[in-house]
Amino acid sequence: MLKIQKYVRAESLEEAYQELIKNRNNQIIGGMLWLKMEDRVIPSAIDLSKCQLDSIEENENEFKIGAMCTFYQLETHEALNQMCQGMIAKSVRDIVGVQFKNMATIGGSIYSRFGFSDILTALLCLDCDVVCYKKGQIALKEYIHEPYEKDILTHVIIHKRKMKAAFECVRRSSTDFSVLNAAGALIDHQLRICVGARPHKAEMIEIEEQCDLQDILKQVHEAMPCESNMRASKEYREHLRDVLVEKVVNELKGEKA
Amino acid sequence: MKISLTVNGRKIQEDIQESMLLIDFLRSHGYTSVKRGCETSNCGLCTVLMDDHPILSCSMLAARADGHSIVTLEGAGKEAEAFAEFMAKEGAEQCGFCSPGLIMNVIAMKKELKNPTKEEIKQYLSGNLCRCSGYMSQMRAIEKYLQEESV
Repeated sequence: MLKIQKYVRAESLEEAYQELIKNRNNQIIGGMLWLKMEDRVIPSAIDLSKCQLDSIEENENEFKIGAMCTFYQLETHEALNQMCQGMIAKSVRDIVGVQFKNMATIGGSIYSRFGFSDILTALLCLDCDVVCYKKGQIALKEYIHEPYEKDILTHVIIHKRKMKAAFECVRRSSTDFSVLNAAGALIDHQLRICVGARPHKAEMIEIEEQCDLQDILKQVHEAMPCESNMRASKEYREHLRDVLVEKVVNELKGEKA
Repeated sequence: MKISLTVNGRKIQEDIQESMLLIDFLRSHGYTSVKRGCETSNCGLCTVLMDDHPILSCSMLAARADGHSIVTLEGAGKEAEAFAEFMAKEGAEQCGFCSPGLIMNVIAMKKELKNPTKEEIKQYLSGNLCRCSGYMSQMRAIEKYLQEESV
């Protein structure tokens, strides 16, 4: 069971940060959905819900998404989904239900870089940055390899690009975790392919648009190996990986599967 | 810590344990329609509305609800009653344990979606599990309820 000794609803990011670094076990709680499943004691649970991080701001060049924005906000944001043909909405659509998606935050998911994450797989394919309070702005594709530092993820920035995008996943029941997920985007004649829940966290590779499927799959095999866990075997995942990547590539290139 | 929130229109101020979950806070105040079905944030039985949005009260700290407005089935009044009648007519109630959460989410859906398709209804309610019925009777009740209400 999760035990919280002190709850701090920070009024500012500085207050949240100072509280965070006081003790190595202090924790930003995000939507608290995954944390709640853990059996541990949090000396100080820091809530960012008063830090004005719960809106999606749009300007000419980008969507600036506050860390406390929920999955449901992402799913229902029209302009954002128009840009990617609904790919972001599709990636979160089957995550438990509306109630859950009204609580799960983008900041919690992206900071945690969960292996099972669907939204991480989707966003990695886009031209996307993460903003942290101390570290500043960093590309998401670099951020996923960073260590878990004591910092506060404040925003996710999605740069506006002309693109085609696609997301596919397989679940054992409709609102369960993905056994495997795959996403892709075609931006400036460059294919970005991403596979997650392998069960390792998502990785992304960039490939020239004219590469054929066999070449793409070869590169996917090298960069994104699969493993077994309680949800599926390595072999099953490897099979799904090829099928889902093929589907994604066909969607991007406008070919029928 | 002290929190102050509105539950079904009634202002409550209380000193609570920091770890206390909203579901336990609500039940301790007699709102026992709010049920705990799974402990893994999956079943939707504990659904309540916070500032009109459906949330899982089993997965939210009562502390976070400070300053907000909560509505449970007990506060849903006529709307809940009207829908419950459709449920009863379709024989949708079996054990009834999941109904409070479902009803709250149906009320939220009705506010949010205009003339939803069957697929959209299923999507919106996918986080409400029922282990008795197979969902067919609920779907009939929901469709009839939405039709009737939109006339």
